[in-house]
Amino acid sequence: MTPFDYARAGDTAEALRLGQGPAAAYLGGGTNLVDLMRETIARADTLVDVTGLSSAIEETEEGGLMIGGAVRNTALAEHRAVRSRYPLLSRAILAGASAQIRNMATVGGNLLQRTRCTYFYDTDGSRCNKRVPGSGCDAIDGFNRIHAILGASAACVATHPSDMCVALAALDAIVHVQGREGARSIAFAELHRLPGDRPEIDTILKPGELITAVELPPLAPSARSTYRKVRDRASYAFALVSVAAVLDVADGQIKDARIALGGVAHKPWRASKAEARLRGGPATEQAFREAAMAELADAKPLSENGFKTELVTRTLVAVLGDLAGAAS
Amino acid sequence: MPIIINGSPVARPLDARVSLLDFLREDLHLAGTKKGCNQGACGACTVLVDGERILSCLALAVQFEGRTVVTIEGLAEGDVLHPLQQAFIDHDGFQCGYCTPGQICSAIGMAAEAKRGVPSHVSTDLSADVRLTREELQERMSGNLCRCGAHNGIIDAILETVPAEMAA
Repeated sequence: MTPFDYARAGDTAEALRLGQGPAAAYLGGGTNLVDLMRETIARADTLVDVTGLSSAIEETEEGGLMIGGAVRNTALAEHRAVRSRYPLLSRAILAGASAQIRNMATVGGNLLQRTRCTYFYDTDGSRCNKRVPGSGCDAIDGFNRIHAILGASAACVATHPSDMCVALAALDAIVHVQGREGARSIAFAELHRLPGDRPEIDTILKPGELITAVELPPLAPSARSTYRKVRDRASYAFALVSVAAVLDVADGQIKDARIALGGVAHKPWRASKAEARLRGGPATEQAFREAAMAELADAKPLSENGFKTELVTRTLVAVLGDLAGAAS
Repeated sequence: MPIIINGSPVARPLDARVSLLDFLREDLHLAGTKKGCNQGACGACTVLVDGERILSCLALAVQFEGRTVVTIEGLAEGDVLHPLQQAFIDHDGFQCGYCTPGQICSAIGMAAEAKRGVPSHVSTDLSADVRLTREELQERMSGNLCRCGAHNGIIDAILETVPAEMAA
């Protein structure tokens, strides 16, 4: 790790002031950043500790929840209102990492963990455009079983590893940020970016901008939601694929469907094409399968991850079937 | 503000790069907490901070000023072992013993989470009272690896210490 100064921010204004340097970084639980700095993949001359900022979870006037950026993952997953009104979010968080890491990691930090693959970490042996821009990608023709099938580029095929973010994408969460030019709100689906020819940039945040809160809009009381993760081990592993879904069914007809996929792309993948196929139609297994196929029409599997298209289809059909059954 | 470690106030390290794990082992010579992977994948470095289990390898010591850290060395009262320490002995909850301090600290933190109602990935009802079945314990302890394969003895040991009202 290269040397850095450490400063603990007492409030947002102080964090923004301390975080304005060109090589400053905000520090949450450190579960990703400290690891990357130890490997000298990430470098900073100043770490601004923001774990003392808002860790509140509050009701909004619209009937949703406002979650402070410093709320720990465990605290969010166990919150009574999240468990009862946003079960997909509790389930997504509980499916991620280990209990120790969930106790450390913050909401803001979870959103800003790096999109990454094993080649990104292999500083000695592999080329990686995300780690060293322009150096090449050894994953595309390498061991790419866990890599992206949607939205990837010739420069990067890594996937975003967060489970929580897949649920937030399905929930149409709003990310509140503050920076030197003031505050702004970002639709969750817009926060993370696809790799294109700049895979070293994971989000649209500007230098020095800080995530202060994540807002959950209310869900219709009749909507059902859940999260399902498929992985190589029963626990403590990244997703091969995952599905976060909100389904609102009345009299066998789908009033609303919101779906996000994990493990398939450089960012949490909002399945808008599948949603469009489902809305207003029948809640049948055939409809669920056709929706999955519509979403995956543009999938471009690599040499070893072709199984993901069928795995996404089957997982999505199973999740929507469970939700439709629970609603009837 | 000092860090309180096993009841004693300690000044934080001057170098901000020092992990809580290295601070415990190298500076304070509390070598019970183990360095396994040093990247958050094995759980050997698990300690309790304000009663919550965390990974000391991914934690910068400077972040813990004013907070209370308990390591494996802080669990026994004199010659009387913590009930979980005794249960690990009684159930062969280890072979080489390298993962054991992390396993025991993790199990203590796990019990506190279960007591306040934190569900797990395998909980069918997110809002129900927690029942610590073998399946629940396996999931809740999945962040602690044992390369000797003593997991069955580890779960047996923890099961013995589960309060009656939380048993299956």
